[in-house]
Amino acid sequence: MEQTAPLPVSPIFGRLTLDAIPYDPIVQATFGVVVLGALAVVYLIQRYRLWGYLWNEWITTVDHKKIGIMYMILGFVMLLRGFSDAIMMRLQQVMAFGGSDGYLNAHHYDQVFTAHGVIMIFFVAMPIITGLMNYVVPLQIGTRDVAFPFLNNFSFWMTAGGAVIVMASLFLGEFAQTGWLAFPPLSGIDSAPYVGVDYYIWALQVAGVGTTLSGINLVCTILKMRAPGMNMMKMPIFSWTSLCTNILIVASFPVLTAVLVMLSLDRYVGTNFFTTDMGGNAMMYVNLIWIWGHPEVYILILPLFGVFSEVTSTFSGKRLFGYTSMVYATVVITVLAYVVWLHHFFTMGNGASVNAFFGITTMIISIPTGAKIFNWLFTMYRGRIRFELPMMWTIAFMLTFTVGGMTGVLLAVPPADFLLHNSLFLVAHFHNVIIGGVLFGTFAAVNYWWPKAFGFTLDRFWGKVSFWFWVVGFWTAFMPLYILGLMGVTRRMRVFDDPSLQIWFGIAGIGALLIALGIAAMLVQFAVSIWRRKALSDETGDPWDGRTLEWATSSPPPEYNFAFTPVVHATDAWADMKARNYARPTEGFKPIHMPANTSAGVILSGISVVLAMALIWYVWWLAILAFLAIIGYAIYHTFDYDRDCNIPAEEVAQVEQSRTERLSGAV
Amino acid sequence: MPLRRLILAGLAVLPLGGCDLVLLNPAGDVAAQQSNLLIFATLLMLVVIVPVMVLTVLFAYRYRASNRDADYAPDWDHSARIELVVWAVPLLIIIVLGAVTYVGTHHLDPYRPLGRVDADTELSEDVEPLEVQVVSLDWKWLFIYPQYDVAMVNELALPVDRPVKFSLTSEKVMNTFSVPTMAGMIYTMAGMETTLHGVLNAEGRYEGRSAHYSGEGFSQMRFDVIATDDDGFDEWVSGIRDTGDRLGRDAYLALAEPSVDHDVVPYDGVAENLFDLVVNLCVEPDRMCMSEMMAIDALGGLGLAGLIATVPETAATGTAAVFGPEPRYVAALCTPEDAMGGLVEREGQPVRDRFATLSGNDLVNTEIPIFGSPAPLGRADPDSES
Repeated sequence: MEQTAPLPVSPIFGRLTLDAIPYDPIVQATFGVVVLGALAVVYLIQRYRLWGYLWNEWITTVDHKKIGIMYMILGFVMLLRGFSDAIMMRLQQVMAFGGSDGYLNAHHYDQVFTAHGVIMIFFVAMPIITGLMNYVVPLQIGTRDVAFPFLNNFSFWMTAGGAVIVMASLFLGEFAQTGWLAFPPLSGIDSAPYVGVDYYIWALQVAGVGTTLSGINLVCTILKMRAPGMNMMKMPIFSWTSLCTNILIVASFPVLTAVLVMLSLDRYVGTNFFTTDMGGNAMMYVNLIWIWGHPEVYILILPLFGVFSEVTSTFSGKRLFGYTSMVYATVVITVLAYVVWLHHFFTMGNGASVNAFFGITTMIISIPTGAKIFNWLFTMYRGRIRFELPMMWTIAFMLTFTVGGMTGVLLAVPPADFLLHNSLFLVAHFHNVIIGGVLFGTFAAVNYWWPKAFGFTLDRFWGKVSFWFWVVGFWTAFMPLYILGLMGVTRRMRVFDDPSLQIWFGIAGIGALLIALGIAAMLVQFAVSIWRRKALSDETGDPWDGRTLEWATSSPPPEYNFAFTPVVHATDAWADMKARNYARPTEGFKPIHMPANTSAGVILSGISVVLAMALIWYVWWLAILAFLAIIGYAIYHTFDYDRDCNIPAEEVAQVEQSRTERLSGAV
Repeated sequence: MPLRRLILAGLAVLPLGGCDLVLLNPAGDVAAQQSNLLIFATLLMLVVIVPVMVLTVLFAYRYRASNRDADYAPDWDHSARIELVVWAVPLLIIIVLGAVTYVGTHHLDPYRPLGRVDADTELSEDVEPLEVQVVSLDWKWLFIYPQYDVAMVNELALPVDRPVKFSLTSEKVMNTFSVPTMAGMIYTMAGMETTLHGVLNAEGRYEGRSAHYSGEGFSQMRFDVIATDDDGFDEWVSGIRDTGDRLGRDAYLALAEPSVDHDVVPYDGVAENLFDLVVNLCVEPDRMCMSEMMAIDALGGLGLAGLIATVPETAATGTAAVFGPEPRYVAALCTPEDAMGGLVEREGQPVRDRFATLSGNDLVNTEIPIFGSPAPLGRADPDSES
């Protein structure tokens, strides 16, 4: 936070001046790399004449599978950015001892840890889980697309727009220096007068539109578009956890939107929602943002609980143990997610009864979670466990997550939290559950469903290299933080006095390097697999002996997913069909009605980014223009009646014929 | 406590023995009890965590696909007995932990005055707790000792075995007053007051700091906690009396200017009610205190006239919202004790003049209901309503 005089606002450029370009060599080098990378991509697209292909097949697509893949790519690209921030923090904390100031000043370091949190939650974890649900849910419930295909495309581009805004802050102006939840008064106009917090607000608002709409979309899809015969208690468990996650999204993201609207009103028009005087109350912000923030934790983890259930059942060659109690556990977690938010600030001066209530509700959540772990355990019991990569990630998850769950319950005991709150113990805990749960689950899911999406499995050798680097790296990076936490070391520190701490930060730094190798090995795994895709190809569409409907169709699935909508008789629909010697229909195809591509999503999102940038930089004429353009274009889009696309029966027959040939060739 | 010794002995075997796990070996009775709860909860959780981890490895090994000797029951997916166990065991653990938590949370509530000095010593009636008022400023700590009329920046001295009542607030942004070895932490927030009770049982020099990120100077926002016997504490106080200047309102406002890594500064003599003035956002003499505002509001408020009683900010005290109104504050009213009220000279310009230049409203001719109200206008006691 720099105490500078308010910048003059010019009518044309707002407060954007040449000084907004950071003079930091680290930032400029990054900018150089990003520009070179972008130029290389543009060159390659031009070289191979891919513009039309990208525009028609990807950017304007309404196919839930392609949108799911784009979400995943966005998540993985942003993971690289978020991880760079993590490495920078680790390096700073290793160096800044014994009077050394490290290599990052406060202005830079405070942005780095804020950006790390914001990016990892909103632009890594959220796109990844949304991408997974987008790709898998319609296939699992036997439908051809989501309920609102255009909305799906629009949601993706709004999320990507938010990511663009965060990235822009790196090279133009600054990002927030407030921590990832931007508590006022620190995020108020008085303490943070420049553009950082505005970047934060508008990036989250733009992306939040996408998240909320995609939540509505998937809830509708799951409730209304399941294949005939699939009643709620025959739904695959991943679809169940997705349903609960999206209900949480729909019910909690509006709170985030509202609290950020109030913060921006404070910052732009001088209201006093969260200011210190004139009737404002910053504690209200803390409550509101955690009323969103705690459900958000379960939004992230629930879909991965679903993934682990699918993976454990498939690779144990067994039905999931305790399906019904698994469903109820998920629903209980969903409901309880709303009554625990206060455990994030036990130490804010609440009364003992309030703290005890929220502490105990938090502990209660560990009961259904514990039941889930036991159910996975007993799914493995008397199974035939194949240690493919998804199963390896699942076992690593079970061993890692239980520790994170335990430390979470410790933090839920208010008197213990008075010692542990805001310490590195807390940091270790939530990385323990987010990396050990969300990321390990993501990697299980990627290894599991990659062959479905692309028609070839991922390379096992590099997958194992990545697995071991990640798992060992995680434990090496975060166990020292538990110990530092017990030594009373606070989070978000930039410099340290006590030299005895340095060794632990050194070990944590080594762990971060191991994780970096894990990420590199994963990228190599993707590259090698694509290179060797012929050798790794899977013609059956069912490489793992799967149990749910997505494995009933080809890999990759045709645009319409299923030529005939499957009829479901049992929970593990595809395993049931296989057991009953299901014969795939090879004739009698009918034309299929699908939604047509549209460019409205990317255009609306583009204008939204312009609007956000104009609001961040106080370029009022542009903001007004962009706002009118959004309204105008949205109205114009409603007159677009050409939204249908019919796949003729001959084409369906042709696609299905080629699958028949591949199937016979594969056997 | 034997349990603690056992655990520390266990840790000593590990390479951890070399480092100082403050949270597990604190110097204060409150933190020790918090720490006991932490250890108890950990052990209780391990009752279920360890079997789960062992079973995970065991099942993964035993039921590996290549082991054809193991049972294989592909359609076995339910057992009422196992389901009962997997729900009941966590439930029982949480019932125990929940009960301990409920009692512990009330017993160790930071607002609750201490009942004992340490595990073996009850608090005797005649010991008066030491009062310390804590203000977090950008980026330093101010400790006021109202019973001794001294104050100190960035250094906190406490007599051993004497309970301490901390009253805390913040000048501007949120911070957390954290002395892990004493009693954990509690937030400090502007315009609000929190309370923490603690005691230190062993002499020594400990670390305290802000545990809630608060901006640029956060990392250096630390202070030493000196625990000494009563004589040492008296010596420390007299040291301040010899060297310190007075902490008047102006000196406080100067201190409140942002600074990083501030020196330890003693103050002999503190402005009357300074802590209350900080909590009520009225250290500047011409501002109305929040407590007064609330008292006026409780009597029915000033009505529209209340709008006229605001004064534009003079100094560049902050940045205004771009479309927001010009920053203003509510001027102090006159009281029987202070006839001029807020209309004192500030920064070379009498506030009365600034009133007069306001938007054409003539204060003198405006009827302000409160002046005609029968209720006595003074420093109303904010507690009288409750």
